[in-house]
Amino acid sequence: MKYNVILPTGILAASLLFSGCGQQKNQDADAASAKPAPPAAAETKTAPAADFSASVEQYRTFAVEQCDLFVKETEKFTAAVKAGKLEEAKKLYAPARAYYERIEPVAEALGDLDPNIDARVNDVDAADWRGFHRIEKALWEDKTTAGTEGFADQLLKDAQLLRAKIETIDLDASLMVTGAVELLNEVSSSKVTGEEELYSHTDLYDFAANVEGAQKIYEILKPELAKKDAELEKEIETRFAALQKELNAFKKGDGYVDYTALKQDEIRKLSQNLDALAEPLSNMGKILGV
Amino acid sequence: MPEKHQPSNDDSILKKPMTRRDVLRLAGTGGLGLLLGGGAIGTLLTTENKRKTKAAGSVSTEEDSIPFYGAHQAGIITPAQNFICFAAFDVTASGAPSLKKLFQAWTAAAAAMAAGRPVGEESGNGNLPPTDTGESAGLSPSRLTITFGAGPSLFDDRFGLAAKKPPTFKELPAFNGDQLEPEWCGGDIGVQVCADDMQVAFHAVRNLARIARGKAVLRWVQEGFQRTNQADPSGSTPRNLLGFKDGTANPQVANEKEMNRIVWAQSGDGAPWMAGGSYMAVRRIRMRIEVWDRSTLKDQEETFGRYRSSGAPLGAKNEFDPVDLNAADESGKPYIPRDSHVALARGDGSVQILRRSYSYSGGMDIKTGQLDAGLLFISYQRDLFKQFVPLQQKLAKSDRLNEYILHVGSAAFACFPGAAQGGYIGDTLF
Repeated sequence: MKYNVILPTGILAASLLFSGCGQQKNQDADAASAKPAPPAAAETKTAPAADFSASVEQYRTFAVEQCDLFVKETEKFTAAVKAGKLEEAKKLYAPARAYYERIEPVAEALGDLDPNIDARVNDVDAADWRGFHRIEKALWEDKTTAGTEGFADQLLKDAQLLRAKIETIDLDASLMVTGAVELLNEVSSSKVTGEEELYSHTDLYDFAANVEGAQKIYEILKPELAKKDAELEKEIETRFAALQKELNAFKKGDGYVDYTALKQDEIRKLSQNLDALAEPLSNMGKILGV
Repeated sequence: MPEKHQPSNDDSILKKPMTRRDVLRLAGTGGLGLLLGGGAIGTLLTTENKRKTKAAGSVSTEEDSIPFYGAHQAGIITPAQNFICFAAFDVTASGAPSLKKLFQAWTAAAAAMAAGRPVGEESGNGNLPPTDTGESAGLSPSRLTITFGAGPSLFDDRFGLAAKKPPTFKELPAFNGDQLEPEWCGGDIGVQVCADDMQVAFHAVRNLARIARGKAVLRWVQEGFQRTNQADPSGSTPRNLLGFKDGTANPQVANEKEMNRIVWAQSGDGAPWMAGGSYMAVRRIRMRIEVWDRSTLKDQEETFGRYRSSGAPLGAKNEFDPVDLNAADESGKPYIPRDSHVALARGDGSVQILRRSYSYSGGMDIKTGQLDAGLLFISYQRDLFKQFVPLQQKLAKSDRLNEYILHVGSAAFACFPGAAQGGYIGDTLF
């Protein structure tokens, strides 16, 4: 999980607010080509070779859809928390989060929202800790909804803010490619180790959602990748299938088993299958040209 | 123009000419640490370039031995050796007298090993085990240094030392994102053993642990490495395990005034027994190697704020070009992202520490099957809470690198002043 408290650049911030829809220009690539005498040829970048505007719009539609559902389900979850319905809140927690986890890199690009929604206990100063995991701690560890009403209100507001902002995000194919890898990195860094859901142990819900989010991006870019490197496209497909098969073994009802039910060798196998997928997936950037 | 290697008429390493490689090795491997950035190392190198680089493998035993006794402990401003074996101990003996005895025995053994001699006097009696474990017999001392420090827990009620605890010395606070594992944290006593040969370093830790039996037990041990002189006779800037050159803005160790300001505790600092000693911060920083390996070159370079191949700051040409945080492209976008490691670690340059880090590999993480590797970060400073802590707080909060690293171990030690011949390490305290 990354929390860049400082916004990366003024440009990114501005582009989030004033996005020129349909404009395929890659500002980062422009910036890179303006560097003085780069030491390696690889550091010079040119605009993407293919036109990805249709793919980008397809992904934007997906992200907005997920975000709509995220707000809807978060509303149900926070309502249960505020009504003091402990068991119902616990049931709604992981499924609501899944919509967020599928589009997490997009949310991360929106600055403060990710830590406000998704920070874990020592990711931020204690006084600033809020969002899902703050409520998770109350529900599972303190076994009460009492005292979390304010967090619930804030969370819903943050979810709605994300929904409002997501319309304006300046998406491009490069963000999609790196976003797919970032989704798997999320799994690798915290979900596969059981550190994401410290109290609820619903890590496998997040795991599956992150993978689904990455797979969605892959599916959208697949035709272009097949043109560029059919072998790589096949390899990624096979590895997605292998990981999915591995995950399916832990399905339970509509969701997944508790993380604590996993055996040592099962965790390792999940982790290794994930790395085996993420490595070729990180080469999807080939479609973008040099 | 190369100068002749000047013979030293003084034991102090400060008086010995340092090779360019020494400077770089002293700089350490760790950009993960703090205060990376071109400025100061550039200055250091300008002067060092004039001196002849020592040919690899041509060292004599005398040059290969670093005196154990002196005003300061060796291993702090000593140019970094190739390897480290760090051991933290917990004291099991009760009472100050046995603690004192332990330090006396450790001092004698450490001084012998630093000089390339075995521990103890062998009796030759076939009915007794040898006093030295033997694996360093016939080996050069390999610039072995052994540096001892007391952890905050040594000042509890067990040894009557509570009143002597330096007022500003305590466990490091929690930093954002810390994922500390108890098995890599703390210790009553910390011992940093460094040498140009791993077997020599291991031998020292093993014999110190043997001497301590019944008085102190090992709490954690971590080995570390950096590229050796054999592998890099030219002595270029070392690379960390993320593949980036790690030059540094380490202060100049030859400048006594600077060292007194930045590294050595002074008699007026609140604990007179620590005068000439230094406070050490140790962090075991795991790198998410697999995640890093699938990050794009552009992401990697923007994370560090430097080009990977040349080590130059983004927007500049050469490794030692100054880091200009205000340099921007035509559109006004800064070349070096404000949350990049180099931008944050450099800051305004007002807070300095002496870094002495090593890479480590802990084999495989049994849980995930991934590599357990990273940086054993070590820094020395006059006051932990005025130097290391505020720097680390800033990095922990905003550094782009945090996505790829994980602080899993942490310890702080008050490293004693050096011992004079006839004295022992810790004699100002006990």
